[in-house]
Amino acid sequence: MNRIVEVQDVTRVYQMGKTSVHALNGVSFSIKQGDFTTIMGSSGSGKSTLLNMIGCLDKPTSGIVRINGVDIQKVNDDELTYIRRNNIGFIFQQFNLIPTLTALENVEIPMIFNRIPPKQRQKKALKLLEDASLDPEYATHKPNELSGGQQQRVAIARALANDPPIILADEPTGNLDSKTGKGVMELLSSLNKQGKTLIVVTHDPQISEYSHNTIRLQDGEVVNEGD
Amino acid sequence: MKVIESFRNNMYTQLAERNLKRQKVRTILAAIGIIIGVMAISSMGVLGNTLKLSVEDSFGDIGDRLIIYPAAGEDSITERQVGKIERIHGIEQIIPFRITGEAIELRDEVYYGIAYGIDADKLSHLIDLEDGRFFKSGSTECVVGHRVASELKLKTGSKVEVDGSRLRVVGILKEQGMGFDISADGSIFTSFDMYEKLYPEEGDDFDQVVVIVEDINQVDVVKDDIDESLNRKEKTVEIFATNIINEEIDTAFRSISLFLMGIGSISLLVAGVSILNVMLMSTMERTREIGIMKAVGASRNDVLKMFLYEALFLGIIASAAGGILTVGGSLGLIYLITNDISYFFSLTTILYICAGVVFGIATSLIGGLYPAWKASMMEPMAALRYE
Ligand SMILES: Nc1ncnc2c1ncn2[C@@H]1O[C@H](COP(=O)(O)OP(=O)(O)O)[C@@H](O)[C@H]1O
Ligand SMILES: [Mg+2]
Repeated sequence: MNRIVEVQDVTRVYQMGKTSVHALNGVSFSIKQGDFTTIMGSSGSGKSTLLNMIGCLDKPTSGIVRINGVDIQKVNDDELTYIRRNNIGFIFQQFNLIPTLTALENVEIPMIFNRIPPKQRQKKALKLLEDASLDPEYATHKPNELSGGQQQRVAIARALANDPPIILADEPTGNLDSKTGKGVMELLSSLNKQGKTLIVVTHDPQISEYSHNTIRLQDGEVVNEGD
Repeated sequence: MKVIESFRNNMYTQLAERNLKRQKVRTILAAIGIIIGVMAISSMGVLGNTLKLSVEDSFGDIGDRLIIYPAAGEDSITERQVGKIERIHGIEQIIPFRITGEAIELRDEVYYGIAYGIDADKLSHLIDLEDGRFFKSGSTECVVGHRVASELKLKTGSKVEVDGSRLRVVGILKEQGMGFDISADGSIFTSFDMYEKLYPEEGDDFDQVVVIVEDINQVDVVKDDIDESLNRKEKTVEIFATNIINEEIDTAFRSISLFLMGIGSISLLVAGVSILNVMLMSTMERTREIGIMKAVGASRNDVLKMFLYEALFLGIIASAAGGILTVGGSLGLIYLITNDISYFFSLTTILYICAGVVFGIATSLIGGLYPAWKASMMEPMAALRYE
């Protein structure tokens, strides 16, 4: 099957003044389209660093990251933006909703940058919120008027706004209690069943039970791949 | 209407509008900076221009005159010379007169003024009466200037003494203010006959001639003609054209306007810096938000435009407000100063206001440029991690 994400010998060094932090030390793996992959490892093992690169929010110090066959090192900022906008939906641990916008408007934002006309994007945003099981009455609420679970549902709806084939989630349940977290995980795995390629960073072993395969990281290196 | 519609539907404008609205206080403060700048720059220009127009108006009616007096070494202007002037085309009036410094006495009070010998008919071309009538030739009648009348408390019918002769006041002149042809306010006017009786030793010639030109645009031509006619062999007369006063006023007020607008520009510069400051603060505060926007698909261009639209929005609204306030404010001020708002409605005034508004918008855009660029260049990950 088609390798939608390819990571080859990737390193990432953070320069903090004179000291350099080696967050990733030669990581390689690939993910097939439609897979549900979890990335596991203890805190500081480089999980977020890796996911950010797959999400085109960051670039490797060395090595190659390919999304849909495109080497993200070799493209310019506009092309990278295009990949972020149309191929990837990113879900964060801290939700990262824009606090001044309503739930609905937050979901509209990615469509705004995709030049979708107002009526059309509003309609779609409502539908996405509904699919994410957010009560429609909350659509006009600001993020701080929503519970953590509701905020994450809004964030998931936003990640789906431009129908990206890849969904990335960095500890999506990390800020939620276990019951709410379970609901969010079920929502995410249902996306995978609809055909989305799903990559979830977590250190909750229960979550890996939903997935097809697991990449384990330790000190910036892959310990063992697959399940 | 279509333009406005598409402008409102533009996503950048929608985002900009929302961002400006959510920081109301700061937006208003920044707007006030622009408003003051625009008002300063345009009202200074308007005010300078209005002053100029009003001053020009009060001098304007004398711009069509030539004043001719004897050149150095000459005593007077002769009948013959006046005759020569009469042959020149484009002249409406030739007003020769005789003049001497004189004490005007009423009982014990003395006013030191000027005595004119002049044709009553001709005098009426230079100044109007406030009261009474002009003097008749061959009588002891005279008219007096406004200040003489008020200082000596003269009325028509009063008797004054000039150089030992008693003259009867039959008319009082309107206040003239500053004059370049004659200075009427502190003077006494009488006929040539009477003047000769007062000063028999002075002969028949004139001390000065005022020439009123038919067409104000021909003043210089007529001046050259007179010069040609009277000063051909040797310089016998000096000719002074009053229109150079208008030119002087023009240059003086142009520099005043420029100076005032300079002050306005400085305040606009301050406004520009405050916009820069406000927008920079706003980009710092919204760093995380910019990170989020970039993570969900905003390009550099998108972010740049978002911030520039904000600056443009602010600039347009604040500058328009400044322009409107200038119209209102300067109308009020002009009314207070000159009592005549018609000076306001000139092309130059409108141009000054437009210039103020354009400068205001440009300043906002320039002030917003750097913050917008800075925001657009942020790396998404660094922006997302910003606390
Ligand atoms: N922006 C950064 N600057 C400096 N060091 C960083 C940065 N991001 C992550 N690190 C370091 O890189 C290592 C891996 O971090 P991260 O990828 O966030 O791990 P995880 O998500 O698995 O907890 C850690 O040691 C962390 O301190
Ligand atoms: Mg992490």
